[in-house]
Amino acid sequence: MADAPNNKPLNNKVFPNDELMFRDELPGGAHWSLLMRRGTLLRLIDIEGGANVGMLLYNPNDYLERYNAPDTLKCQHTFKLTKGHCLYSDMGRIFCSIVEDSLRWHDTVGGNLATAALKKKYDAKSYQEAHNDWTLSGEHSFLVELAKYGLNRRDMSANLNLFSKVATDIDGKLQFVENHSPAGSVVDLRFEMDTLVLMHTCPHPMHPASQYPRKPIAYEIRKATPVAENDQCMNACSENQRGFQNNALYHLQGGYAQGGF
Amino acid sequence: MIVESTLKPKNALSREVVPAGNYWMQPVKQGQTIRILDLEGNQAADTLFYSLKDPSERYSAIDTIREQGNVYLTAGSTLMSNLCNPLLEIVADTCGRHDTLGGACAAESNTVRYALEKKCMHACRDSWMLAVAEHEEFGMSKRDITHNINFFMNVPITPEGGLTFEDGISEAGKYVELKASMDIIVLISNCPQLNNPCNAYNPTPIEVLVWEVDQ
Repeated sequence: MADAPNNKPLNNKVFPNDELMFRDELPGGAHWSLLMRRGTLLRLIDIEGGANVGMLLYNPNDYLERYNAPDTLKCQHTFKLTKGHCLYSDMGRIFCSIVEDSLRWHDTVGGNLATAALKKKYDAKSYQEAHNDWTLSGEHSFLVELAKYGLNRRDMSANLNLFSKVATDIDGKLQFVENHSPAGSVVDLRFEMDTLVLMHTCPHPMHPASQYPRKPIAYEIRKATPVAENDQCMNACSENQRGFQNNALYHLQGGYAQGGF
Repeated sequence: MIVESTLKPKNALSREVVPAGNYWMQPVKQGQTIRILDLEGNQAADTLFYSLKDPSERYSAIDTIREQGNVYLTAGSTLMSNLCNPLLEIVADTCGRHDTLGGACAAESNTVRYALEKKCMHACRDSWMLAVAEHEEFGMSKRDITHNINFFMNVPITPEGGLTFEDGISEAGKYVELKASMDIIVLISNCPQLNNPCNAYNPTPIEVLVWEVDQ
Protein backbone atom coordinates (compact mmCIF):
# COMPACT_ATOMS: atom_id res chain seq x y z
CA MET A 1 0.00 0.00 0.00
CA ALA A 2 2.87 2.37 0.79
CA ASP A 3 4.69 3.73 -2.18
CA ALA A 4 8.00 3.86 -0.34
CA PRO A 5 10.36 0.94 -0.90
CA ASN A 6 10.26 -1.55 1.92
CA ASN A 7 12.62 -0.85 4.83
CA LYS A 8 14.25 2.11 3.13
CA PRO A 9 14.39 5.17 5.36
CA LEU A 10 12.74 8.22 3.94
CA ASN A 11 14.33 11.60 3.98
CA ASN A 12 12.18 14.33 5.49
CA LYS A 13 12.32 16.13 2.16
CA VAL A 14 9.87 13.57 0.87
CA PHE A 15 7.17 15.35 2.87
CA PRO A 16 7.20 18.94 1.65
CA ASN A 17 3.59 19.83 2.36
CA ASP A 18 3.60 19.98 6.13
CA GLU A 19 4.62 22.84 8.29
CA LEU A 20 6.85 21.87 11.20
CA MET A 21 5.58 23.40 14.42
CA PHE A 22 7.47 21.47 17.08
CA ARG A 23 10.22 18.89 17.27
CA ASP A 24 11.34 16.93 20.29
CA GLU A 25 13.02 13.67 21.17
CA LEU A 26 12.25 10.90 23.62
CA PRO A 27 15.10 8.76 24.92
CA GLY A 28 14.69 4.98 24.78
CA GLY A 29 12.88 3.42 27.74
CA ALA A 30 10.83 6.53 28.50
CA HIS A 31 7.19 7.68 28.34
CA TRP A 32 5.26 10.82 27.54
CA SER A 33 1.79 11.97 26.53
CA LEU A 34 0.42 14.83 24.49
CA LEU A 35 -2.81 16.21 23.12
CA MET A 36 -3.01 16.24 19.35
CA ARG A 37 -5.55 18.57 17.80
CA ARG A 38 -7.66 17.71 14.78
CA GLY A 39 -5.81 18.80 11.64
CA THR A 40 -2.33 18.31 13.05
CA LEU A 41 0.15 15.62 12.18
CA LEU A 42 2.40 13.61 14.48
CA ARG A 43 5.55 12.44 12.77
CA LEU A 44 7.51 9.74 14.59
CA ILE A 45 11.09 9.08 13.55
CA ASP A 46 13.24 6.13 14.57
CA ILE A 47 16.57 7.92 15.09
CA GLU A 48 18.98 4.99 15.41
CA GLY A 49 16.90 2.08 14.08
CA GLY A 50 15.26 -0.65 16.14
CA ALA A 51 12.92 1.65 18.06
CA ASN A 52 9.54 0.63 19.44
CA VAL A 53 6.75 3.06 20.30
CA GLY A 54 3.93 1.64 22.41
CA MET A 55 0.86 3.82 21.90
CA LEU A 56 -2.65 4.25 23.29
CA LEU A 57 -5.25 6.80 22.13
CA TYR A 58 -8.14 8.42 24.02
CA ASN A 59 -10.75 11.08 23.38
CA PRO A 60 -9.73 13.93 25.73
CA ASN A 61 -13.39 14.96 26.07
CA ASP A 62 -14.52 11.46 27.01
CA TYR A 63 -11.80 9.07 28.10
CA LEU A 64 -14.22 6.15 27.71
CA GLU A 65 -13.74 6.53 23.97
CA ARG A 66 -10.43 4.89 23.17
CA TYR A 67 -8.33 3.14 20.54
CA ASN A 68 -9.94 -0.17 19.69
CA ALA A 69 -7.66 -2.74 18.12
CA PRO A 70 -10.34 -5.24 16.98
CA ASP A 71 -12.45 -2.54 15.32
CA THR A 72 -9.37 -1.08 13.63
CA LEU A 73 -8.38 -4.47 12.26
CA LYS A 74 -11.75 -5.78 11.20
CA CYS A 75 -13.00 -2.54 9.65
CA GLN A 76 -10.00 -2.57 7.32
CA HIS A 77 -9.47 -6.33 7.05
CA THR A 78 -5.90 -6.00 8.19
CA PHE A 79 -3.56 -7.49 10.77
CA LYS A 80 -0.77 -4.94 10.27
CA LEU A 81 -0.95 -1.15 10.08
CA THR A 82 0.60 1.00 7.36
CA LYS A 83 -0.04 3.94 5.06
CA GLY A 84 -3.70 4.16 4.10
CA HIS A 85 -4.96 2.71 7.39
CA CYS A 86 -6.96 4.58 10.01
CA LEU A 87 -6.89 4.03 13.77
CA TYR A 88 -10.44 3.65 15.07
CA SER A 89 -12.00 4.34 18.43
CA ASP A 90 -14.61 2.03 19.89
CA MET A 91 -17.25 4.60 18.86
CA GLY A 92 -16.86 4.09 15.10
CA ARG A 93 -14.73 7.19 14.70
CA ILE A 94 -11.21 7.73 13.42
CA PHE A 95 -8.60 9.16 15.76
CA CYS A 96 -5.94 9.39 13.09
CA SER A 97 -4.88 8.22 9.64
CA ILE A 98 -1.48 6.86 8.67
CA VAL A 99 -0.64 9.20 5.79
CA GLU A 100 3.02 8.27 5.38
CA ASP A 101 4.95 5.19 6.40
CA SER A 102 8.40 4.08 5.33
CA LEU A 103 8.03 0.66 6.97
CA ARG A 104 4.83 -0.92 5.63
CA TRP A 105 4.16 -2.83 8.83
CA HIS A 106 3.47 -1.77 12.41
CA ASP A 107 2.44 -4.27 15.07
CA THR A 108 -1.08 -4.46 16.46
CA VAL A 109 -1.03 -7.57 18.65
CA GLY A 110 2.33 -7.96 20.41
CA GLY A 111 1.08 -6.06 23.44
CA ASN A 112 3.07 -4.45 26.18
CA LEU A 113 6.14 -5.41 28.21
CA ALA A 114 5.02 -6.19 31.78
CA THR A 115 7.27 -5.27 34.68
CA ALA A 116 7.40 -8.91 35.84
CA ALA A 117 8.40 -10.06 32.34
CA LEU A 118 11.07 -7.35 32.15
CA LYS A 119 12.63 -8.55 35.41
CA LYS A 120 12.75 -12.13 34.12
CA LYS A 121 14.23 -11.17 30.78
CA TYR A 122 16.68 -8.36 31.47
CA ASP A 123 19.14 -7.25 34.10
CA ALA A 124 16.62 -4.80 35.57
CA LYS A 125 18.02 -1.54 36.91
CA SER A 126 16.19 0.47 39.57
CA TYR A 127 16.10 4.23 39.60
CA GLN A 128 18.38 4.26 42.66
CA GLU A 129 20.98 2.20 40.81
CA ALA A 130 20.85 3.75 37.38
CA HIS A 131 19.02 7.10 37.53
CA ASN A 132 18.00 7.96 33.97
CA ASP A 133 19.25 4.63 32.69
CA TRP A 134 16.79 2.61 34.75
CA THR A 135 14.88 -0.07 32.87
CA LEU A 136 11.24 0.94 32.56
CA SER A 137 8.56 -1.45 31.36
CA GLY A 138 5.73 -0.56 29.02
CA GLU A 139 3.34 -1.48 31.85
CA HIS A 140 4.97 0.99 34.26
CA SER A 141 5.01 3.63 31.53
CA PHE A 142 1.34 3.37 30.60
CA LEU A 143 0.23 3.23 34.25
CA VAL A 144 2.05 6.51 34.93
CA GLU A 145 0.70 8.26 31.84
CA LEU A 146 -2.85 6.95 32.44
CA ALA A 147 -2.78 8.13 36.06
CA LYS A 148 -2.00 11.69 34.92
CA TYR A 149 -5.55 11.78 33.52
CA GLY A 150 -7.27 9.94 36.35
CA LEU A 151 -7.18 6.64 34.46
CA ASN A 152 -5.81 3.30 35.57
CA ARG A 153 -5.16 -0.30 34.58
CA ARG A 154 -8.83 -0.84 33.76
CA ASP A 155 -8.46 1.78 31.00
CA MET A 156 -5.40 0.14 29.44
CA SER A 157 -6.51 -1.36 26.14
CA ALA A 158 -4.56 -3.37 23.58
CA ASN A 159 -1.81 -1.04 22.37
CA LEU A 160 -0.01 -0.39 19.11
CA ASN A 161 3.70 -1.03 18.71
CA LEU A 162 4.91 1.33 16.02
CA PHE A 163 8.20 0.45 14.27
CA SER A 164 7.82 -3.22 15.29
CA LYS A 165 6.69 -6.13 13.13
CA VAL A 166 5.06 -9.34 14.30
CA ALA A 167 4.05 -11.61 11.42
CA THR A 168 2.20 -14.92 11.42
CA ASP A 169 2.47 -18.10 9.41
CA ILE A 170 -0.48 -20.01 7.96
CA ASP A 171 -1.08 -21.76 11.28
CA GLY A 172 -1.19 -18.47 13.16
CA LYS A 173 2.25 -18.85 14.74
CA LEU A 174 3.72 -15.47 15.67
CA GLN A 175 7.15 -14.33 14.60
CA PHE A 176 8.86 -11.15 15.81
CA VAL A 177 10.79 -9.77 12.83
CA GLU A 178 14.17 -8.44 13.92
CA ASN A 179 15.88 -5.42 12.40
CA HIS A 180 12.58 -4.29 10.89
CA SER A 181 13.06 -0.56 11.36
CA PRO A 182 16.24 1.05 10.02
CA ALA A 183 17.52 4.42 11.24
CA GLY A 184 15.43 7.23 9.81
CA SER A 185 12.19 5.26 9.53
CA VAL A 186 9.19 7.57 9.59
CA VAL A 187 5.49 7.18 10.26
CA ASP A 188 3.03 10.09 10.01
CA LEU A 189 -0.26 10.13 11.92
CA ARG A 190 -2.75 12.76 10.76
CA PHE A 191 -5.30 13.46 13.48
CA GLU A 192 -8.93 13.50 12.40
CA MET A 193 -10.23 14.47 15.85
CA ASP A 194 -8.71 15.79 19.07
CA THR A 195 -6.82 12.90 20.62
CA LEU A 196 -4.87 12.23 23.79
CA VAL A 197 -1.78 10.24 22.78
CA LEU A 198 0.02 8.11 25.37
CA MET A 199 3.33 6.71 24.22
CA HIS A 200 6.43 4.99 25.47
CA THR A 201 9.73 3.91 23.97
CA CYS A 202 10.13 0.73 26.03
CA PRO A 203 11.14 -2.52 24.34
CA HIS A 204 8.60 -4.61 22.45
CA PRO A 205 7.71 -7.58 24.68
CA MET A 206 8.78 -10.06 21.98
CA HIS A 207 12.14 -8.43 21.27
CA PRO A 208 14.71 -11.23 21.60
CA ALA A 209 17.62 -9.05 22.79
CA SER A 210 19.13 -10.17 26.09
CA GLN A 211 20.17 -6.60 26.94
CA TYR A 212 17.44 -4.02 27.44
CA PRO A 213 17.13 -2.25 24.05
CA ARG A 214 17.14 1.50 24.56
CA LYS A 215 16.26 3.29 21.33
CA PRO A 216 15.34 6.97 21.10
CA ILE A 217 12.78 8.51 18.80
CA ALA A 218 12.07 12.00 17.54
CA TYR A 219 8.55 13.31 17.25
CA GLU A 220 7.34 16.32 15.35
CA ILE A 221 4.04 18.13 15.44
CA ARG A 222 3.16 19.47 12.03
CA LYS A 223 0.24 21.20 10.45
CA ALA A 224 -1.51 18.59 8.35
CA THR A 225 -2.48 19.12 4.75
CA PRO A 226 -6.28 19.27 4.76
CA VAL A 227 -8.05 16.04 3.86
CA ALA A 228 -8.78 16.15 0.12
CA GLU A 229 -11.69 14.43 -1.55
CA ASN A 230 -9.33 11.89 -3.06
CA ASP A 231 -7.52 11.28 0.25
CA GLN A 232 -5.84 7.89 0.25
CA CYS A 233 -6.80 6.94 3.80
CA MET A 234 -10.42 8.09 3.52
CA ASN A 235 -10.83 6.24 0.23
CA ALA A 236 -8.83 3.14 1.07
CA CYS A 237 -12.12 1.27 1.61
CA SER A 238 -15.79 2.12 1.96
CA GLU A 239 -15.46 1.44 5.68
CA ASN A 240 -13.04 4.35 6.04
CA GLN A 241 -15.37 6.63 4.07
CA ARG A 242 -18.07 5.84 6.62
CA GLY A 243 -15.61 6.34 9.48
CA PHE A 244 -14.89 9.84 8.14
CA GLN A 245 -18.66 10.45 7.92
CA ASN A 246 -18.96 9.51 11.58
CA ASN A 247 -16.21 12.01 12.40
CA ALA A 248 -17.99 14.69 10.38
CA LEU A 249 -21.17 14.08 12.36
CA TYR A 250 -19.21 14.22 15.61
CA HIS A 251 -17.74 17.60 14.68
CA LEU A 252 -21.15 18.84 13.58
CA GLN A 253 -22.20 18.18 17.15
CA GLY A 254 -19.29 20.23 18.47
CA GLY A 255 -17.09 17.25 19.02
CA TYR A 256 -18.29 16.74 22.56
CA ALA A 257 -21.43 14.64 22.22
CA GLN A 258 -21.13 11.16 23.63
CA GLY A 259 -22.49 8.36 21.50
CA GLY A 260 -23.51 10.89 18.92
CA PHE A 261 -25.85 8.77 16.86
CA MET B 1 -6.48 -29.37 17.74
CA ILE B 2 -9.61 -31.48 18.12
CA VAL B 3 -10.06 -32.86 21.63
CA GLU B 4 -13.36 -34.36 22.71
CA SER B 5 -14.68 -34.05 26.22
CA THR B 6 -15.52 -36.93 28.53
CA LEU B 7 -18.01 -34.85 30.52
CA LYS B 8 -21.66 -35.87 30.34
CA PRO B 9 -24.33 -33.19 29.98
CA LYS B 10 -26.57 -35.10 32.42
CA ASN B 11 -23.96 -34.54 35.16
CA ALA B 12 -23.71 -30.79 34.57
CA LEU B 13 -24.29 -28.42 37.49
CA SER B 14 -26.20 -26.05 35.20
CA ARG B 15 -27.38 -25.92 31.61
CA GLU B 16 -28.81 -22.87 29.95
CA VAL B 17 -29.75 -22.13 26.37
CA VAL B 18 -28.76 -18.56 25.48
CA PRO B 19 -30.70 -17.15 22.52
CA ALA B 20 -28.89 -14.94 20.02
CA GLY B 21 -28.94 -11.35 21.23
CA ASN B 22 -28.84 -12.33 24.93
CA TYR B 23 -25.92 -12.36 27.34
CA TRP B 24 -24.81 -14.88 29.95
CA MET B 25 -22.96 -13.47 32.94
CA GLN B 26 -22.13 -15.84 35.79
CA PRO B 27 -19.32 -16.56 38.23
CA VAL B 28 -17.47 -19.84 37.64
CA LYS B 29 -15.32 -21.24 40.42
CA GLN B 30 -11.72 -22.40 40.15
CA GLY B 31 -11.66 -25.98 38.89
CA GLN B 32 -15.15 -25.88 37.40
CA THR B 33 -15.53 -26.52 33.68
CA ILE B 34 -17.64 -24.48 31.30
CA ARG B 35 -18.73 -25.66 27.85
CA ILE B 36 -20.04 -23.35 25.15
CA LEU B 37 -22.05 -25.40 22.67
CA ASP B 38 -22.89 -24.21 19.15
CA LEU B 39 -26.41 -25.65 18.86
CA GLU B 40 -27.14 -24.93 15.21
CA GLY B 41 -23.71 -24.13 13.73
CA ASN B 42 -21.59 -21.11 12.70
CA GLN B 43 -22.72 -19.00 15.61
CA ALA B 44 -20.30 -16.56 17.30
CA ALA B 45 -20.01 -16.51 21.09
CA ASP B 46 -18.27 -13.23 21.99
CA THR B 47 -16.71 -13.86 25.36
CA LEU B 48 -14.87 -11.98 28.11
CA PHE B 49 -13.45 -13.32 31.38
CA TYR B 50 -12.66 -11.52 34.65
CA SER B 51 -11.21 -12.39 38.01
CA LEU B 52 -14.15 -12.67 40.43
CA LYS B 53 -12.04 -11.26 43.25
CA ASP B 54 -10.91 -8.23 41.26
CA PRO B 55 -12.53 -7.70 37.85
CA SER B 56 -9.80 -5.22 36.89
CA GLU B 57 -7.85 -8.41 36.24
CA ARG B 58 -9.36 -9.73 33.02
CA TYR B 59 -8.81 -11.72 29.85
CA SER B 60 -6.13 -10.08 27.74
CA ALA B 61 -6.04 -10.96 24.05
CA ILE B 62 -2.56 -9.54 23.50
CA ASP B 63 -1.02 -11.33 26.49
CA THR B 64 -2.72 -14.61 25.58
CA ILE B 65 -1.61 -14.43 21.95
CA ARG B 66 1.96 -13.48 22.77
CA GLU B 67 2.48 -16.00 25.58
CA GLN B 68 1.26 -18.93 23.46
CA GLY B 69 2.98 -17.55 20.34
CA ASN B 70 -0.13 -18.03 18.21
CA VAL B 71 -3.15 -15.93 17.27
CA TYR B 72 -5.66 -18.79 17.25
CA LEU B 73 -7.12 -20.55 20.26
CA THR B 74 -7.79 -24.27 20.56
CA ALA B 75 -7.42 -27.16 23.02
CA GLY B 76 -4.26 -26.61 25.07
CA SER B 77 -4.48 -22.82 24.90
CA THR B 78 -4.17 -21.00 28.21
CA LEU B 79 -6.17 -17.79 28.42
CA MET B 80 -4.06 -15.17 30.18
CA SER B 81 -5.08 -12.15 32.21
CA ASN B 82 -3.72 -8.63 31.82
CA LEU B 83 -1.50 -9.47 34.81
CA CYS B 84 -0.23 -12.50 32.89
CA ASN B 85 -1.93 -15.01 35.20
CA PRO B 86 -3.74 -18.03 33.74
CA LEU B 87 -7.51 -17.50 33.85
CA LEU B 88 -8.69 -20.65 32.08
CA GLU B 89 -7.39 -23.49 29.97
CA ILE B 90 -9.15 -24.84 26.90
CA VAL B 91 -9.49 -28.53 27.75
CA ALA B 92 -11.69 -29.68 24.87
CA ASP B 93 -12.49 -28.28 21.45
CA THR B 94 -14.35 -29.94 18.59
CA CYS B 95 -14.17 -26.86 16.37
CA GLY B 96 -10.37 -26.55 16.16
CA ARG B 97 -9.80 -22.82 15.91
CA HIS B 98 -11.25 -19.71 17.53
CA ASP B 99 -10.66 -16.06 16.71
CA THR B 100 -8.85 -13.62 18.99
CA LEU B 101 -8.67 -10.55 16.73
CA GLY B 102 -12.07 -9.64 15.32
CA GLY B 103 -13.53 -8.46 18.59
CA ALA B 104 -17.22 -7.86 19.03
CA CYS B 105 -19.82 -6.04 16.99
CA ALA B 106 -21.05 -2.70 18.25
CA ALA B 107 -23.71 -0.32 16.96
CA GLU B 108 -20.94 2.15 16.17
CA SER B 109 -18.60 -0.27 14.41
CA ASN B 110 -21.58 -1.61 12.45
CA THR B 111 -21.99 1.88 10.96
CA VAL B 112 -18.42 1.64 9.69
CA ARG B 113 -18.49 -1.97 8.57
CA TYR B 114 -21.91 -2.09 6.93
CA ALA B 115 -23.84 1.19 6.63
CA LEU B 116 -24.58 4.29 8.71
CA GLU B 117 -28.24 3.25 8.63
CA LYS B 118 -27.46 0.09 10.64
CA LYS B 119 -26.80 2.12 13.76
CA CYS B 120 -29.83 0.96 15.75
CA MET B 121 -29.37 -2.76 15.11
CA HIS B 122 -28.60 -4.93 18.11
CA ALA B 123 -24.94 -5.68 18.77
CA CYS B 124 -22.74 -7.61 21.19
CA ARG B 125 -21.47 -4.51 22.93
CA ASP B 126 -25.02 -3.39 23.68
CA SER B 127 -25.56 -6.76 25.35
CA TRP B 128 -22.44 -6.20 27.44
CA MET B 129 -23.53 -2.67 28.37
CA LEU B 130 -26.83 -4.14 29.58
CA ALA B 131 -24.97 -6.92 31.41
CA VAL B 132 -22.76 -4.54 33.42
CA ALA B 133 -25.78 -2.30 34.09
CA GLU B 134 -27.91 -5.21 35.33
CA HIS B 135 -25.10 -6.70 37.42
CA GLU B 136 -23.91 -3.84 39.58
CA GLU B 137 -22.73 -6.42 42.13
CA PHE B 138 -19.58 -6.94 40.04
CA GLY B 139 -18.74 -3.22 40.00
CA MET B 140 -18.03 -3.18 36.28
CA SER B 141 -18.56 -0.54 33.60
CA LYS B 142 -17.71 0.19 29.99
CA ARG B 143 -14.06 0.53 31.08
CA ASP B 144 -14.01 -3.21 31.64
CA ILE B 145 -15.38 -4.13 28.23
CA THR B 146 -12.33 -4.94 26.15
CA HIS B 147 -10.88 -7.06 23.38
CA ASN B 148 -12.78 -10.38 23.49
CA ILE B 149 -12.63 -13.92 22.14
CA ASN B 150 -14.92 -14.92 19.29
CA PHE B 151 -15.57 -18.57 19.94
CA PHE B 152 -16.46 -20.47 16.72
CA MET B 153 -15.38 -17.61 14.44
CA ASN B 154 -12.80 -18.15 11.71
CA VAL B 155 -10.65 -15.08 10.92
CA PRO B 156 -7.45 -16.23 9.15
CA ILE B 157 -4.47 -13.90 8.69
CA THR B 158 -2.66 -13.88 5.37
CA PRO B 159 1.18 -13.87 5.27
CA GLU B 160 0.94 -10.32 3.87
CA GLY B 161 -0.81 -9.16 7.02
CA GLY B 162 -4.39 -9.15 5.74
CA LEU B 163 -7.34 -10.31 7.80
CA THR B 164 -9.96 -12.46 6.12
CA PHE B 165 -13.41 -13.35 7.41
CA GLU B 166 -14.01 -16.87 6.23
CA ASP B 167 -17.13 -18.94 6.52
CA GLY B 168 -17.34 -20.59 9.89
CA ILE B 169 -15.66 -23.90 10.56
CA SER B 170 -18.14 -24.71 13.29
CA GLU B 171 -21.31 -26.70 12.85
CA ALA B 172 -24.25 -27.87 14.92
CA GLY B 173 -23.07 -29.67 18.06
CA LYS B 174 -19.50 -28.37 18.07
CA TYR B 175 -18.26 -27.03 21.36
CA VAL B 176 -15.35 -25.56 23.28
CA GLU B 177 -14.73 -26.42 26.92
CA LEU B 178 -12.64 -24.48 29.42
CA LYS B 179 -11.47 -25.18 32.95
CA ALA B 180 -11.20 -22.19 35.27
CA SER B 181 -7.75 -21.64 36.82
CA MET B 182 -9.14 -19.12 39.32
CA ASP B 183 -12.59 -17.91 40.41
CA ILE B 184 -13.86 -15.95 37.43
CA ILE B 185 -16.80 -14.10 35.95
CA VAL B 186 -17.81 -15.26 32.47
CA LEU B 187 -19.51 -12.74 30.21
CA ILE B 188 -20.81 -14.09 26.91
CA SER B 189 -22.74 -12.19 24.28
CA ASN B 190 -24.44 -14.59 21.92
CA CYS B 191 -23.88 -12.50 18.81
CA PRO B 192 -27.01 -10.92 17.27
CA GLN B 193 -25.28 -9.85 14.03
CA LEU B 194 -27.63 -9.79 11.00
CA ASN B 195 -25.18 -8.26 8.50
CA ASN B 196 -22.44 -10.86 8.34
CA PRO B 197 -22.42 -13.84 5.98
CA CYS B 198 -20.31 -15.80 8.52
CA ASN B 199 -23.50 -16.93 10.26
CA ALA B 200 -25.57 -16.95 7.04
CA TYR B 201 -27.29 -13.79 8.40
CA ASN B 202 -29.02 -16.06 10.87
CA PRO B 203 -27.86 -15.86 14.50
CA THR B 204 -28.83 -18.96 16.49
CA PRO B 205 -28.86 -20.12 20.14
CA ILE B 206 -25.92 -21.52 22.08
CA GLU B 207 -25.99 -23.59 25.24
CA VAL B 208 -23.74 -22.97 28.24
CA LEU B 209 -23.03 -25.90 30.54
CA VAL B 210 -21.05 -25.84 33.79
CA TRP B 211 -19.64 -28.87 35.61
CA GLU B 212 -18.51 -29.02 39.21
CA VAL B 213 -14.84 -29.52 40.11
CA ASP B 214 -13.49 -33.07 39.53
CA GLN B 215 -16.30 -34.35 37.36
